[in-house]
Amino acid sequence: MLMNVDLIFKIAAIGIIVAVLNQVLIRAGREEQAMMTTLVGIVVVLMMVINLVSNLFDTVKTMFRLY
Amino acid sequence: MEIFQIVAIAIVATVLSVLIKHQKPEIGIYISLVTGIVVFIFVVAKLQSVIEILNQLANKINIDDIYLSTILKIVGIAYIAEFGAQVCKDAGEGVIASKIEFAGKVLIMVMAVPILVSLMDLIINMVP
Repeated sequence: MLMNVDLIFKIAAIGIIVAVLNQVLIRAGREEQAMMTTLVGIVVVLMMVINLVSNLFDTVKTMFRLY
Repeated sequence: MEIFQIVAIAIVATVLSVLIKHQKPEIGIYISLVTGIVVFIFVVAKLQSVIEILNQLANKINIDDIYLSTILKIVGIAYIAEFGAQVCKDAGEGVIASKIEFAGKVLIMVMAVPILVSLMDLIINMVP
């Protein structure tokens, strides 16, 4: 259970880092790099979320016998 | 009691989600999605024991297993459809949410047809 709660804070940390990096890069005049970092951040978080979602679906599948 | 942990996690996650939703709406959606899943996984063990008790009761009264398993399937489909629809609605995509709900209703109707058929047979047999 604890591992999952850490995931929330990890995602929040990545979100904050990406947002700050985005602002810094925009101020520095590199909009395209800012866009790239946003994409990278979202893809990384997506990987983590997808594992959790597949875990949820497996749990529901076994519990409600939804084969 | 677990409820305190759940509410604490939910409040912290809500604050984080609002904080980040202003800068990066995508990550805000991720946080609310992950929080929902974490709370569900936290409670699923208890739900499992309730389902076991239901099964034992059904076996004791020797009800046909198809009825209880169909009900469980319908509850599962309803839960997942509602979960997906809420996430989409939260993200502002009302159209996608309504499509998910529509698909859920159709799948549940398909699940319920065998039971309706057996009910009809029962009634027809009762009428002399």
